[in-house]
Amino acid sequence: MELNALDLSRFQFAFTVSFHIIFPAMSIGLASFIAVLEGAWLKTGKLYYKLLCIYWSKIFAVGFGMGVVSGVVMAYEFGANWARFSAFAGPVTGPLLTYEVMTAFFLEAGFLGVMLFGWEKVGRGAHFAATVLVAIGTVISTFWILASNSWMQTPQGFIVSDGHVVPVDWFKIVFNPSFPYRLAHMSIAAFIVAALLVAGTGGWHLLKGRRDPMVKTMFSMALWLLLVLAPVQILVGDQHGLNTREYQPAKIAAIEGLWETEKGGTALNLVGFPDMNDEVTKYAIQIPHLGSIILTHSWDGEIKGLKEFPKEDRPNSSIIFWTFRLMAGLGMLMALLALIGLLLRRNGRLFENRLFQRFAVAMAPTGFVALVAGWITTEVGRQPFVVYGYLRTAQAVSSVTTQSASISLMIFVLVYFVVFGTGIYYIFKLLAAGPAVGILPISQPTTGSGRRVLAAAD
Amino acid sequence: MDITVVWAAIIALGVFMYVVLDGFDLGVGIVFPFFPDSSDRDRMMNTLAPIWDGNETWLVLGGAALFAVFPVVYAITLSALYLPVVLMVVCLIFRGVSFEIRGKARKTKNLWSLAFMFGSAGATFMQGVILASYLHGIPVMNREFSGDEFFWITPFSLLTGLGLMVTYGLLGACWLVMKVDGDLQRRLYRLLTPLMIVLLVFIAAVSVWTPLSDVAIARRWFESGLLHSLLPIPFLVAITSALMVFVVRKRHDCMPFLLAIVLIALGYIGLLISIWPYAIPGSLSLSDAAAPRSSQMFTLVGAVIIIPIILVYTTAGYWVFRGKVGHDSAYH
Repeated sequence: MELNALDLSRFQFAFTVSFHIIFPAMSIGLASFIAVLEGAWLKTGKLYYKLLCIYWSKIFAVGFGMGVVSGVVMAYEFGANWARFSAFAGPVTGPLLTYEVMTAFFLEAGFLGVMLFGWEKVGRGAHFAATVLVAIGTVISTFWILASNSWMQTPQGFIVSDGHVVPVDWFKIVFNPSFPYRLAHMSIAAFIVAALLVAGTGGWHLLKGRRDPMVKTMFSMALWLLLVLAPVQILVGDQHGLNTREYQPAKIAAIEGLWETEKGGTALNLVGFPDMNDEVTKYAIQIPHLGSIILTHSWDGEIKGLKEFPKEDRPNSSIIFWTFRLMAGLGMLMALLALIGLLLRRNGRLFENRLFQRFAVAMAPTGFVALVAGWITTEVGRQPFVVYGYLRTAQAVSSVTTQSASISLMIFVLVYFVVFGTGIYYIFKLLAAGPAVGILPISQPTTGSGRRVLAAAD
Repeated sequence: MDITVVWAAIIALGVFMYVVLDGFDLGVGIVFPFFPDSSDRDRMMNTLAPIWDGNETWLVLGGAALFAVFPVVYAITLSALYLPVVLMVVCLIFRGVSFEIRGKARKTKNLWSLAFMFGSAGATFMQGVILASYLHGIPVMNREFSGDEFFWITPFSLLTGLGLMVTYGLLGACWLVMKVDGDLQRRLYRLLTPLMIVLLVFIAAVSVWTPLSDVAIARRWFESGLLHSLLPIPFLVAITSALMVFVVRKRHDCMPFLLAIVLIALGYIGLLISIWPYAIPGSLSLSDAAAPRSSQMFTLVGAVIIIPIILVYTTAGYWVFRGKVGHDSAYH
């Protein structure tokens, strides 16, 4: 198959954004976790909270740094690869991105220095304030970028004139129909990502035989959070599905591998292989009425099949049928992990059951996997449009040559694997090292300024 | 005043903030080759550790504001300068990540020093190339880029790339003079005057070359009475340079950095005068390229309130980490 600049640009965007999202997702959850730890230390005066706080700050710092630099790529890729999208949708997405930079990026970057290197430079209260502001910054950032993405999914509040959008009602633009669901779903996902990472790390060190309050605390806190968020996420995801069925029915049909609009209740394809050419989902294992129950909350609710939509308007069901199932399946496993944790806690065996600890370690990366799978589902599900119903992806690409697009794609793939691969390796090293036992990283000489807290891991 | 002009001014200010702040940041990487000692390099990077990502955020603001207020300029410029932009961000990745990894690495520490050095130098060079190509005029037809994918490779753009490396290098060295002391500071002082002389040569070359190579700019400079307002600039540059030599002799801590900023501001003013009233020199005027008023208005409300707040806490951040950065080799 001969790839053109459009295919290459799509692949490049998918690749760079998938790599990028890993880091902010981790930062969003960890920032709040760190703020809670620091607050707990200030309130109780227990040292292990502070040690935990410093430990997770190191991991946060590496992840945040990689999030910043991979984010710069995103901020310029819109124009470089998607010039026609930028010219068309820029009057809406540009201001939203600008608000994100002004209200979130600067806030995070401005107080990150104090949070990481300012322990000796400012008072306890001021340091805590800096940590909280960084955490707030990550949440504000989620707000704006989700507003922008949701607007591309369910656009409203504008007119089209002179070949570009003209904003009419900013409130409608920001609070577009899919925004509340998407924002809730993504924010919770980011917290789950961090909770699984923390729980997995705790599990790892419990397996290694550590039973100090630091390891126990992080394991326990992460599992409590998971116990609340995993079930809530399933409910939010369900509501999000109802919303998608209303505003992007083709996406729902593709997610379910559903071709015909059935009367009297739609079955759920549990597994199967949707074939876009033959217009059928092969080898499907179905459960009668379950599709209607999940997507319409009724016994015989009607769901539009893909054949209702012209061939050129259908998202690729073969991909998102499976990415959705991967995400949802992992979500169920996460809830199971949290539930078993609760049972073990009641028996007083939470810190002793090795099988459960192995389970927690195995689940550590699944937050990232589910997150990326979910994003692939919603983004591929929006195809063939980039601004749903208004601008096709094929019309959004720059006039960049195939040669340039190939060169850049090769560079990005190579650099991302080498550079971010190394960064992730160091994150693993920090995770494996565990929080320091018996050292007080705070009581070091105060002569040097701008000292790297990170280096305390060595 | 016209809202589009206000926005052009805000973006110009944002770019200036970026040039100064990330300029010294990148400049530290550019002067890295002069300081091969690993503990010197630790110290140099430690002066940046708490502030570098705030500095880089101005670049993101520049991109985002352009996207919001001049989406056509954002689209044309970035797609026209596709490869330089890609190379610039890749270089920024290398140097940004080396902040996090270099301090942790053992065997590969020197490799990450190289990544920091080449990342800083490469990003700067590409910014110079992008600037020169933009100034020279991007071929535009029907509000889209219509040129060759390698149109940006010209002697002028390569010269500007090198010139910007010297600019940032000088700024970085001045920053370091302010932030360190002892032997390292003495060796840094020795770098300042030579760097500034090279910079003056580049400024002269670019100033002569620009009107020679671009008839439109030449006409604007020499025929529209603009020369009158540009004329003080070379004099001010000369005065600032003389002052620089003086304060370096006097071994003043902070003055070199401030004077370097003044030098850059003078060059930047010259640049803005050359571009006005275009959004893309020679092709699109500011008003032609502007986003709908509703986009500009919505974003302006936020910018007017938030940017001053950003400036306040950014300054506070620098204040927290003021003073010299000592050796902390004992710490590692």
